[in-house]
Amino acid sequence: MRARLRYTKLGKIRFTSHRDLARMWERAFRRINLPLAYSQGFSPRPKVSFGLALPTGHESVAEYLDVDLDPDKAAGTDIDLLPARLTPALPVGVDVLAAAALDDHAPSLQHEVTSCTWEIVCHPGSAGELTELVARALAAESLVVTRERKGQEVTDDLRPALLSVDVLGPVEGGVLLTAELATQPRGVRPAELLRALAPGLEEISARRTHQWIQRDGARDEPLVLDAPDAPHALLVERVS
Amino acid sequence: MSSVWPRIEPLLAKVQKPARYIGCEDGMQTPSHAPDQVAWLLVYPDTYEIGLPNQGLQILYEILNERDGTAAERAYAPWTDMEAQMRAARVPLFSVDTHRPAGEFDLVAFNLSAELVFTNLLNCLDLAGIPVRAAERGPEHPLVVAGGHCTFNPEPLADFVDLFAIGDGEEVVSDITEVVRQWKASGRTPGSRQGVLRELSHVPGVYVPSMYDVAYDGDRLIAVTPKYADVPERVEKRTIADLGAWPYPRQQLVPMTEVVHDRLNVEIFRGCTRGCRFCQAGMITRPVRERPADQVRTMVSEGLKRTGYDEVSLTSLSSADYSAIESTVTGIINDPMCGGQVGVSLPSLRVDAYTVGIASEIAKVRRTGLTFAPEAGTWRMRQVINKLISEDDLYGAVQSAFSQGWNRVKLYFLTGLPTENDEDTLGIADLARRCVSVGKEFAGNRVTVATSVGGFVPKPQTPFQWFGQNTSVELQRKINLLRDATRKDKGVALKWHDPKATLAEGIASRGDRRIGAVIEDVWRNGGTFQEWSEHFNLSLWEDAMARHGLSIDWYVHRHRTEDEILPWDHVSAGLHKDFLWMDWLDALNESGIPDCRWTPCYDCGACTGYGIEHVVASNRPPAGGSQGTGQDLSRGGDVPVVILSGRPA
Repeated sequence: MRARLRYTKLGKIRFTSHRDLARMWERAFRRINLPLAYSQGFSPRPKVSFGLALPTGHESVAEYLDVDLDPDKAAGTDIDLLPARLTPALPVGVDVLAAAALDDHAPSLQHEVTSCTWEIVCHPGSAGELTELVARALAAESLVVTRERKGQEVTDDLRPALLSVDVLGPVEGGVLLTAELATQPRGVRPAELLRALAPGLEEISARRTHQWIQRDGARDEPLVLDAPDAPHALLVERVS
Repeated sequence: MSSVWPRIEPLLAKVQKPARYIGCEDGMQTPSHAPDQVAWLLVYPDTYEIGLPNQGLQILYEILNERDGTAAERAYAPWTDMEAQMRAARVPLFSVDTHRPAGEFDLVAFNLSAELVFTNLLNCLDLAGIPVRAAERGPEHPLVVAGGHCTFNPEPLADFVDLFAIGDGEEVVSDITEVVRQWKASGRTPGSRQGVLRELSHVPGVYVPSMYDVAYDGDRLIAVTPKYADVPERVEKRTIADLGAWPYPRQQLVPMTEVVHDRLNVEIFRGCTRGCRFCQAGMITRPVRERPADQVRTMVSEGLKRTGYDEVSLTSLSSADYSAIESTVTGIINDPMCGGQVGVSLPSLRVDAYTVGIASEIAKVRRTGLTFAPEAGTWRMRQVINKLISEDDLYGAVQSAFSQGWNRVKLYFLTGLPTENDEDTLGIADLARRCVSVGKEFAGNRVTVATSVGGFVPKPQTPFQWFGQNTSVELQRKINLLRDATRKDKGVALKWHDPKATLAEGIASRGDRRIGAVIEDVWRNGGTFQEWSEHFNLSLWEDAMARHGLSIDWYVHRHRTEDEILPWDHVSAGLHKDFLWMDWLDALNESGIPDCRWTPCYDCGACTGYGIEHVVASNRPPAGGSQGTGQDLSRGGDVPVVILSGRPA
C-alpha cells in the first residue's frame, strides 16, 4: 500500500538539505505511528521515495513524496486524514497539503515529472530590462551554457528546457519572474536560467510552485489538490 | 531586542550547511524578552553539529526557560565560512532561537567540555562585540559565564570570563539569575559591574576570578588570595543530591540537520566511582547518583513518542554499571510501543559489566556501535591507572558482542600514561590482536577491531595532576611502535590522535593565569577551531608560548611535587588533596583500589565534605566480569570486602 503526499517547504526550514528532509519525515511518520513498510536487510529503513530534490535554500509549495505502508497493519489507515495528522508532527513551514492512495506499481516521481514552475526573484535590473533579456533568450535558437560536473566542464543547450518565462514585475529585493523549466533529461535550476539570461544576474529567492507530468498531450500535477488555490493562499501577494 | 534574521538570511546562500544557523528544532523555545526579564545566551563554542546534542546545555535551557522572568536561548560557534560572511556584513554572533544579537543578552554562558575550544570562546565574544578581556567590559556588556568540566581549572580563562559556575549547573543558574535580576533592576549603572560580580562571588559554586590576587615567585605560583574578606578562599563545586529531582531535558531538542549523537539521550546516572585515575570526569562528578528506573522508563517512552527517534542512548560515564541496566534495556527493546524498531546504544561501556544478556537484547533491533575502553595494554598498567579489568573481562565482552552478530568493535586506549614502558604500549597491540582472534570464531575475516589510541593529558583534580605529560616526540614514538606491531594484522584498524594536539591540550589543561595571554595570542593569530585537525596549528601555540616567555616543558612535561601550589587548588571538587596524593602514590606502586559503591568508603571527600551520598538502587554490583575487583564475580552478588594492598587503613 502506497501513499503520495504533497507538502510545502517555506521559511527558515528551506535551508535544510534533501537528506535532512528524509530524516525529518521518518521521525514524523514514527511520531504519528504510521505503519511503515521497512526494507529488508542489516539496517532496515522505511521505504520513502522523494521526487526531484529541491536545492537547499529554495522554497516550495509543490513537494512530493511516496511512502509504502505495511500492508498487514495499514488497513485502518485513512489516507485522507494524513495531512491533518502529519502537519503538527512536522516543523513550521512544512505543511502537508494533500494525500492520496497510490497504485503500488505507479511510476516514480523522478521518472514521471517532466517540468517545474518556479517563482524567482532576481537582482539587479528593472522589470523592463528583464523583459528584454527574457524575450531575447526565448527568441534564441540555442542557449549554450557551461557548467562544472564532477570536476569536468560540460556544455549544455538550455533553450529546449525553457518552456516558458514571464516577468511579473518589481517586488521587494528585485524583479519577480515565473518560469517553467524542464526536468528531463535533467532538472534545470533557477540559477542556471538566470545565468543564461545575463551574467551577473543574482538569484535573491526561488520558490517551486508546481511540478508537472506531461502525459498523452495533457499536463497534470502528481497530486490534484481538492482546493487548488490552497497552496497559493499561503503565498503573500508579492507583486507590487 | 530585535531579530537580525533578515541580515542573516542573505548570508546563508553563501555558506556550507546553512541549516546550522536556522534553529527550528523540535523542542526549541522562543521566549519573549522584556526589561524585567533576565536573559541568558547559552553558547557551545564549537560547531552546531557538536554542540546541539550537549545535554548539559539543553538541561539548563529548559530549567531557565521554565523559571519566571527568565529567558534562555542558544548559540554555537559559526563555522569559518559563516564567520567570514558575518564579519564582512557586520552581523554579530546571534542566538539560533529568535536570532537576537548575543550582546543584547544579560549573560553569555559558555559550556566548556574540552580545552581546545578555549580560543573559540574568545572568538565568540569578539563576534558578539563584547571585549574579550573581562577588565575592559562596562555595564552595557553581558556578564560572561563559563561552566563544564574544563572549569575545574578556570585559571587559563580567568582574564576573559567574569564568573565560573563550578559543578552541576541545575541549581546554581537560578541563584545567579536572581543576583543578576537585582543588578538589572538597579539600572546597571556605571561602575556597578564590580558590585554585581562581588555579589556573585558569594553564591556557592561561583568563582569570580577578578576577586582574587595571584602571586608568583619566579615561575612558581605561591598564592591565590581573595581581595576581600567576604570572598571565599576556596570555591566548592555544586552537586545535586538527587538526579531523580531533575528529569531533564523533558523536551530534548530534535535538530533538523545531522548532528553527532542524533538520537534520544537519557542520562541514567551521574558520577562514577570506579576511580580510574586518569579520568577527570570520574573524579569531579562524584558521587554516583542513579536516576530511578521507572523515571528512566518514562523519559525513554515519552521521549521516543515525542521525538520520533528510533534510537535511544542511555548515557552516563559507565552505563553498564547502572543497577537496573539489563531490565531497562530489555524493557525498551521489548516494549510493544516501540514495535521492535527502537535501537539502544550504551556509550562508555566497561568490559567487565557487558554481558551476553545485554548484547543479545540490543541485537534484536539494531547492532549499535560498540566501544570498549580497556585504556591500557597490560594488567600492570591498568593497576597503575586503576582500571581493574582483566584480560578475560575484555575477551568475555568482545566474545559477547561477536557471538551476537557484531563484526566490529572499537577499543579505546591511552598512551603516555605514568610509568608506561614499551611492553605496556605493545600490550595494546596484543590485546587488539587477541580480540580479533576471538572474533574470527564468529565472524571470520569480516572481523574488525578498530583500535584508537589517544595521548594522555594529565588533568586537574585527578591523582595524575602531578604527572609530567609525555612529549609529542615520545608519544609519536609509541604510536609508531604500535603501527609497526599491527601492520600485518588485517583485523586491527589502528587510529591515533595527533600528538601535537595532545601537547596543545596539555598547555591549556594545567595552565595558570599566565596561559591566558597565550590563548589570546593563538586566537589573535587565527587559531580558532583547534579541535579540528584541518584548523589545528601547533606552531601558533609554540610561538605564543615563546612570545610570552613561557616554557612548554615547565607547563606540560614537568612532574609536580607534593608541596607545589597548583593553579586550581582554590577550586574544589570535594576531593581531599591528600586523598589524591595517596592515590598518586598507589598508582606509582601499581596498586588499585576498588569501587566504593560496593566497598567501604575511603573518604575521598566528595560525599563526606558535602553531606551527600551515593544514590544507587542496588548495593550489589551487576552480574558479570570482575567488577573492578580483579576477582571472579561472574555470578554477580555481593563483593567480598577486600581493600587491595597499598591503601592506608
